[in-house]
Amino acid sequence: MGAPLTVQGLSICAGANTLVDNLSFSVQPGEVLALIGESGSGKTTTALALMGYARHGCRISAGRVQIGDTDVLALDAAQQRSLRGRTVSYIAQSAAASFNPSRTIMDQVVEPTVIHGLCKRAEAEAKAVQLFRELALPDPETIGARYPHQVSGGQLQRLMAAMALIGDPELVILDEPTTALDVTTQIEVLRAFRRVVRERRATAVYVSHDLAVVAQMADHILVLRNGRMSELNATGQILAAPADDYTKCLLAAARPAVRASGQASGDSELLLDVQELSCGYGAVDAKGQPAKIILEDINLKLYRGQAIGVIGESGSGKTTLARAVAGLLKPCHGTVMFDGHALEPTLQQREREQLRRIQIVFQMADTALNPSQTIWRILARPLQFYKGLRGEPLKRRIHELLDLVKLPHTVADRLPGGLSGGQKQRVNLARALAAEPDLILCDEVTSALDTVVAAAVLDLMAELRRELGVSYLFISHDLHTVRSVCDEIVVMQHGRKLSQVARADYERGPHHPYYQLLARSVPELRQGWLDDMDRAAAAATPSTRKALA
Amino acid sequence: METTTSTLAPDATASAAAAPPARRSNLLRRLGGFGPSGLLGLAVLLFWVLAALLGPWLLSHSMAAAGTSNVFAPISAAHWLGTDYLGRDMLARVIEGARYTVGVALLATLLASGTGTVLALLAAASGRWIDAVLSRGLDTLTAIPSKMFALIMVAGFGSSVPMLVVMAGIIYVPGAYRIARSLAVNINALDYVTVARTRGEGTLYIMLREILPNIAGPMLADLGLRFVYVVLLLASLSFLGLGIQPPVADWGSLVRENIGALAMGGASVIVPALAIASLTIAVNLVIDNLPGRSARERGAR
Repeated sequence: MGAPLTVQGLSICAGANTLVDNLSFSVQPGEVLALIGESGSGKTTTALALMGYARHGCRISAGRVQIGDTDVLALDAAQQRSLRGRTVSYIAQSAAASFNPSRTIMDQVVEPTVIHGLCKRAEAEAKAVQLFRELALPDPETIGARYPHQVSGGQLQRLMAAMALIGDPELVILDEPTTALDVTTQIEVLRAFRRVVRERRATAVYVSHDLAVVAQMADHILVLRNGRMSELNATGQILAAPADDYTKCLLAAARPAVRASGQASGDSELLLDVQELSCGYGAVDAKGQPAKIILEDINLKLYRGQAIGVIGESGSGKTTLARAVAGLLKPCHGTVMFDGHALEPTLQQREREQLRRIQIVFQMADTALNPSQTIWRILARPLQFYKGLRGEPLKRRIHELLDLVKLPHTVADRLPGGLSGGQKQRVNLARALAAEPDLILCDEVTSALDTVVAAAVLDLMAELRRELGVSYLFISHDLHTVRSVCDEIVVMQHGRKLSQVARADYERGPHHPYYQLLARSVPELRQGWLDDMDRAAAAATPSTRKALA
Repeated sequence: METTTSTLAPDATASAAAAPPARRSNLLRRLGGFGPSGLLGLAVLLFWVLAALLGPWLLSHSMAAAGTSNVFAPISAAHWLGTDYLGRDMLARVIEGARYTVGVALLATLLASGTGTVLALLAAASGRWIDAVLSRGLDTLTAIPSKMFALIMVAGFGSSVPMLVVMAGIIYVPGAYRIARSLAVNINALDYVTVARTRGEGTLYIMLREILPNIAGPMLADLGLRFVYVVLLLASLSFLGLGIQPPVADWGSLVRENIGALAMGGASVIVPALAIASLTIAVNLVIDNLPGRSARERGAR
């Protein structure tokens, strides 16, 4: 069913910059090629060029893209339009942003056939239902009548796949289709994608930054760096014996590395003690209970120098816990003890010294740094505010902080907009460290970063902990990350603490079933992992699977 | 284009004393960033500002303002823009009027935008009841039609220049407040403001250092639009006879005084109307083409 894809000498420019430089590769019919690389490496730009499309300000300056017998770049605009959605289709990263919220799902799924006049509406709908079934969507007969907000994120992603496949395309482009999903959802979506791609023998290009995911999907992997091809080889070959240095670097970052703390927990003093904490949002009723409870009865002990990971899916209350500890949200029940004293519930009531000792680092470095302040001002403010530093000592301290997070002194004069994601996250950390805190609340600090950059930030955090003895409350949805930096893991679901696992017991069971589900859902960096998972799932009785879900 | 570079040149040399050549080329580059239509707007705006500032000095040199019997004269060598209904030189009247139109409008706009922005920052940064009180209070003000409000104010306090400035300011505070507040509330929810708050920063710091620099761009654009509204309001008040009182006249009153020229075929009614149009269009051209307005978001320095 799929057609061969051949790309020769593809170059894409934006003004004077070359985004993609002389790229050549080919994909055999029915095979899956993965494009992998860090953000800005030209993955998506290349993927879009396969449809003859260049983003605003970009231009395909040279090369040939051939799908079957069609030379895509030689077509005029109208011909390209009739090509897209029929011969080539595209599955974007965020399905939520790609669906029109005011039209039903079925309307949108059959749209490609309507636009291209491929078949009658009734036929198209029958085909859509068939696809829904293949993609293992619940209620395939009726799900089309719903609106996008009435299905979950993972389901929406699969519905988008249905939309892409309804015209029986010869080439499917999947652009980071599972990046925005939780691990447990991701595995289901991956499974559905792979089945459809295999059964339909579609030619596919899979764009991702996650090697472990790609290892499950692709026959060949193309490693991109700065718009150039670093390496192109069969998946097994890349994983087992990478030839290029950058590929080795990617593989090293994707493999779990345990970052030793150097501090034993238990024998040091108790720093943070969360007792029976409950929190919620909305109007408070007569009994002091808010309308919507987010956190219920959380107990947590953190010793000086320790790092505790809090993990759970989105909506499990992880971030709310950090906000309550920071004083941003007033708990409706329970207390937070810090270094032997109960913390006041709100920021306004806390003393400056208490505020200094707990700092918070946010996920999105883009929104965590004021775009109109230079790095110098961002770092100087906590130093002036807490310690009253000025003049020469201030300058020295800022340089110390930049050294600590391994940034050159020259970034001090720049605005956050001129820094890369990893650099911004380092500034973010440096600002927290400027206050010389005892505890840093890290809210998904590496989620927005590429694998290699994230690994470097995690290394830095482990090093800072060894050198400065700070403690972390490390919030993440990624078990892999948490396991590599934390001494203990707290597992949360629906606002409750399910279990707490110490580092020594990471590999030993028995654990809470939900922890095991999370642990199993993290893709492993080897081929055939997803097949093993499928076999295990088939072996498990339906009743236990239900209990886990 | 030539005029603007030459008028700004003294400015550049003055600042060059502090920081030599880099500063000068920087200024020229920024000027280049305006683009052709922005430069056109800048030229017209500068022309009117200069007319307002230098008007009295220019007029003392030229012909006496005293009227002749030659009313509603067409454009001629003696009277470049014709004469008005009392036979006074129209060019002199328009230049004199620039002082009132540009001056009063500028002050009123700064008053409205400044007050609106400060109140909005206060509402966004402190939230809760302060926000509610300010928002509802200013909403109430919006409910009063602006011409009606002006009529009452003029009836109560007369129509002196300071009164006109304050009145136009009050009328346009709610609009500026609404825009500034919606911008500030969005910024207020961002992580860097939360970080400042957990650091223990006070409301004033959050207002001025964290939020204000990030809403300044859009507020500047709004300032330009608001200036246009104020000019039009003052012109229409003068047209109704409620604005600047004779014998001095702003452009709006000039249109009203010379309305008779429509029948006589004189230029004197068209000229002040064109002046109003040119000023408002110029301000919008400048604001729309402000260089580097979005450069900060893109990460440029």
